[in-house]
Amino acid sequence: MMDFIKNLFGGKKEPPKRSAIDNVITAPLSEAQLQSIKATASARFEPVQLIVASGQSVGRQRELNEDSLFTLASTIAGNSGNPPFGLFIIADGMGGHQYGEVASNTAIRSISGYVLNKFHGSFFAMPSVPLEESLQEILMGAIMDAQRRVLQEAPGSGTTATSALVVGQQLTIGHVGDSRAYAIYPDHRIELLTRDHSLVRRLEELGQITASEAAVHPQRNVLYRALGQGESLEPDIVTMPFPVGGYLMICSDGLWGVLSDDEISKIVLGAPDIQRACQELVAAANNAGGPDNISVIIARMLS
Amino acid sequence: MGSVYRARDLHFPNVIKLVAVKEMINQAPDPLVRQTIVSNFEREANILATLSHPAIPRIYDYFSLDNRSYLVLEFIGGHDLEVIISQTEGFLPEEQVLAWAIELCDVMSFLHNHKPDPIIFRDLKPSNVMINQHNHVILIDFGIAKVFQSGQKGTMIGTEGYSPPEQYRGEASVQADIYALGASLHHIVTKRDPRLEPPFSFNERPVRKINPNVSAELESVINIALQYTPSDRFKSVEDFKQALIAAGRKTGLLNRINVGPSVIVQGNDIKPLWVFKCEDEIRGTPAYHNGSLFVGCYDNNLYALDAAEGKFQWKYATDGGVVSRPAVFEESLFFGSEDKLVHAVNMRSGKVVWTYATDGRVRSSPRIADGHVFVGSDDRMLHAINLATGRRAWTVDAGGEVRSTPFVTPDLIYFGAESGDFICANFNGNIKWRFKAKRSLTSSPWVYKDTVFVSSVDNHLYALDAKSGWAVWRFRMDKPSISSPAVADDMVFVGCSDAHIYAVDARSSKEIWRFKTEHQVNGSPVLYKDALYCGSIDGNLYCIEYKTGRMRWKFNTKGPITGTPVVYDDIIYVGSNDHLVYALLA
Repeated sequence: MMDFIKNLFGGKKEPPKRSAIDNVITAPLSEAQLQSIKATASARFEPVQLIVASGQSVGRQRELNEDSLFTLASTIAGNSGNPPFGLFIIADGMGGHQYGEVASNTAIRSISGYVLNKFHGSFFAMPSVPLEESLQEILMGAIMDAQRRVLQEAPGSGTTATSALVVGQQLTIGHVGDSRAYAIYPDHRIELLTRDHSLVRRLEELGQITASEAAVHPQRNVLYRALGQGESLEPDIVTMPFPVGGYLMICSDGLWGVLSDDEISKIVLGAPDIQRACQELVAAANNAGGPDNISVIIARMLS
Repeated sequence: MGSVYRARDLHFPNVIKLVAVKEMINQAPDPLVRQTIVSNFEREANILATLSHPAIPRIYDYFSLDNRSYLVLEFIGGHDLEVIISQTEGFLPEEQVLAWAIELCDVMSFLHNHKPDPIIFRDLKPSNVMINQHNHVILIDFGIAKVFQSGQKGTMIGTEGYSPPEQYRGEASVQADIYALGASLHHIVTKRDPRLEPPFSFNERPVRKINPNVSAELESVINIALQYTPSDRFKSVEDFKQALIAAGRKTGLLNRINVGPSVIVQGNDIKPLWVFKCEDEIRGTPAYHNGSLFVGCYDNNLYALDAAEGKFQWKYATDGGVVSRPAVFEESLFFGSEDKLVHAVNMRSGKVVWTYATDGRVRSSPRIADGHVFVGSDDRMLHAINLATGRRAWTVDAGGEVRSTPFVTPDLIYFGAESGDFICANFNGNIKWRFKAKRSLTSSPWVYKDTVFVSSVDNHLYALDAKSGWAVWRFRMDKPSISSPAVADDMVFVGCSDAHIYAVDARSSKEIWRFKTEHQVNGSPVLYKDALYCGSIDGNLYCIEYKTGRMRWKFNTKGPITGTPVVYDDIIYVGSNDHLVYALLA
């Protein structure tokens, strides 16, 4: 056991002997590396830890940041169970409209306010008041409330909103627009969890245009569903198990529009922690030209 | 953008002549652009003024004032089709839709054949079609307002939902109007507004699945108009019109001859492999094991039958009706009875191994795990009974009769109670969490991908987080449900006393399809290969493609089916209240 800890935190004491094969990537793992992998793999986190980090940049070509983001990860652990609770939101206000930034800010504030209000009685009241509604109903209510407020606060503008509500092992995603949520797994699999409500994505799905045509299509920013647009709104709401052992990533099109899935998963899995991963993703998007505002949230569940 | 006013023409002071005045606001900041917009508007107004057709409003005048332009046109009394769709209860009759559609083809044909240049309407949708007092269509809003929208920049457009894919490449043709007419007809007959759906998704909402009253003929005409590729649609609106007329003739609707609802598949030619007659109703579910079929009956017996031929092997008598489905473990069968006992019986001989007494009727079906039998009773308890000895290990008080069959995972037990409580307990009988529905939970839960699915008498199908009991979603049905869900491919299937079998998306809780039977569905569906089998109180066993909700066949028994069929090796076994056990080919 002490060896594990030494291997984990050590390294200062006695740097491992360098040998010729150190630079060869496919070289067999050293005993010390194996030990450390075993130690991490068998580490148990009690209570389950839901951790989150984020990154944001105005980009290289815009003057105004119209993206907004919100993160909250919390734990209440005790005898009555220890469900991790988290809420993560990215909203991308519409360029070309006035008040895009007002719209995205209104969206994150009203969605988070609505959701936290609903959970307040269950988490903090004495005695605890059970939730009346299901998780999907709460998130749906929050998005419809945000729709109303965006119409009120920033008429004529619009915003995307991709929100992830984590309760226990369940990840519930409420989504409108073309911001995205991904699950990234340690074996470099990257899975898109949302469907863009954009015209080109729709044309692409129907085989009218190819993926490469979509990437340069003049109307690639055109959305057919967004908060603050039109009277009716039908957000996508789905629930799935949180990608345990992997990462949940939410980002605006300033990130996914310029980085490929491979580049994203390489950066996320290569970074020492999620904070660094967020910074490196933002930097990579800026290095690729930074044509749009960039926002990213990464969450992990350690259990 | 602008408004339409009802106005009175004061050129005729002695009579009341009403006109419609359409006001359009010129928002372009640049004076040159503004001027271009005004001259475009005037050009369009001049074209319209020359058109003479009963379905096109007449234009009396136009003028511009400051940054506003006005068009004075014929006043049309009546409502637009969008209003008519939303105010109609149920669906509009097909013959009415056909009549309007044919008139729309006529006016489109008039426009498309306009000389010197054809006029493409570009913006056909229900809100641009008025139905006047004489029940005739009038096209309004000739895209003339469109010239006022150009120059607006932004990343948003409202995709109209009625425009074809090629219109987004800037192509506007006769085929675009045909698509838009098809889209409008789709909206009219299904009442599903395409602006609320993803663009170009009509083929995901087949007309007759939403409104089965529509004839197959009209559906196929609408489908042709809605093809993605323009060349696959009708060549002209004249062809469209002819197809509509042909559809109307075929269905007899044009001659106002009423035809009854079309008959779907009939399964009368389905013959059972064998039937076996008991002496009273079979309300429960059989179990198959090793070539034998075991089924409980309200004649108080548990029967063992040869599954291949339906031959009697043995029966075991209890002192009450048996609805509980037997569980099999090694050499023994375990089941409950109305006589308040849980019986353990030798599978080969039908001789008793042990009995276990509860304080209520045992209608729940046992599950076996971890050396124990888990079963609910009307004494409000879930009982854990030692498999070998038949002695009580522990009980959990559920607060209401436990009639649901517990679901057992490698470390937890899930079950519902008539009090509406849903309980998750571990193998020591300690409650991990509890969820409360508004009314009883008779349905047996199913756990799939960390989610518990269970339906309730409070009209909902619930999805609960298996770890914590938080409600993830609830799906509302029209009436109470005691049917137990079946799950496959992220789809949840459940019956309901509103006569439907529902298929619901497990992730989004959206309804995928619903199938209507002729009476309550209190039995539970079972999935086998690509089909779902479920009985109904109407006496039928239905075989339905589970991906689409399409019925393959139904088989009629002479009594309600309240249990769940069992499928093994392409053979379905089901009991009915007509006292018979049936074996059918799947």
